[in-house]
Amino acid sequence: MANNQSNSANPNVDLKYRRKKNAEEMKHQVVTFTMMIFFTLIAFLAVAYDGFSHWFIRPFILLLAVVQVAFQLYYFMHMKHKGHNTIALFLFSGLAVGLATVLVFMTIVWL
Amino acid sequence: MQAEEKFTDATWPAAPEKATLEGKNKYLGFWLFLGGETVLFASLFATYLALKDKVPNADHALAKDIFELPLTFITTVILLTSSLTSVYAMYHMKNNDFKKMQAWLLITVLLGAAFLGLEVYEFNHYVHEFHHTFTSSAFGSAFYTLVGFHGGHVAFGLVWIISLMVRNAKRGLNLYNAPKFYIASLYWHFIDVVWVFIFTVVYLMGMVG
Repeated sequence: MANNQSNSANPNVDLKYRRKKNAEEMKHQVVTFTMMIFFTLIAFLAVAYDGFSHWFIRPFILLLAVVQVAFQLYYFMHMKHKGHNTIALFLFSGLAVGLATVLVFMTIVWL
Repeated sequence: MQAEEKFTDATWPAAPEKATLEGKNKYLGFWLFLGGETVLFASLFATYLALKDKVPNADHALAKDIFELPLTFITTVILLTSSLTSVYAMYHMKNNDFKKMQAWLLITVLLGAAFLGLEVYEFNHYVHEFHHTFTSSAFGSAFYTLVGFHGGHVAFGLVWIISLMVRNAKRGLNLYNAPKFYIASLYWHFIDVVWVFIFTVVYLMGMVG
């Protein structure tokens, strides 16, 4: 958690630097967003196009979804910043329990 | 640091959402909640996958009959864009620019409302065109529970963000409410995370067959 304000004697110099850093991060966020839209487009096009077998499409669009979610978590939700270890532990424990549930419901539960 | 203290651009902390102990606790607590939400949605996904296309007889519509690419694409782009606009709101929050933050939050709310409106239209369409209702089949129950629960989260997020905007309209930014805005935006991103899996697993995979 980068909470490093006013390290220099002159707060205005510090402010300029921080503004510049914030603007740079915002630029990265826009790039992230563009890539997410791009992945979404590819996933929809893969489904719209008739030529692919669903043995290819299913894992392919799932992979695109996982990449998109990683972008969302690590960039939009700032998990790439320092100090997110506890958070990651809880999120991924939740995910592990959740994925085990999905696996069970898809394999050993039948109706 | 006093939570209600007035700040200038230069004294406003670089990470206002975590500058107070209360803010730090809220931040951690909220992520723990998101861990629980992950389990909740994963179990709804599991139920949906187990019950997908389980209908009582051949008259009932299946996933590949009812879903349409264009509508799903539009709702996806709207929700994805609203995620970016809330990033813009937090960018202005970090720059201590309250008005711009409110403006971007308003855009986020409008996009969220548009998404919700389209979802209501979509459900209405399924009920009237395909007689695909909550009680018509196990498939219907699982579908409306999963997608409807997500829609409910969107509705709750809208109420949350609007309340924060109205409550703090005249107050401006301080270290007491900055974490509140930040956490509401995290929640909004999480809604989008869930939607990425819904449009992939429910809609796209449903159309593949």
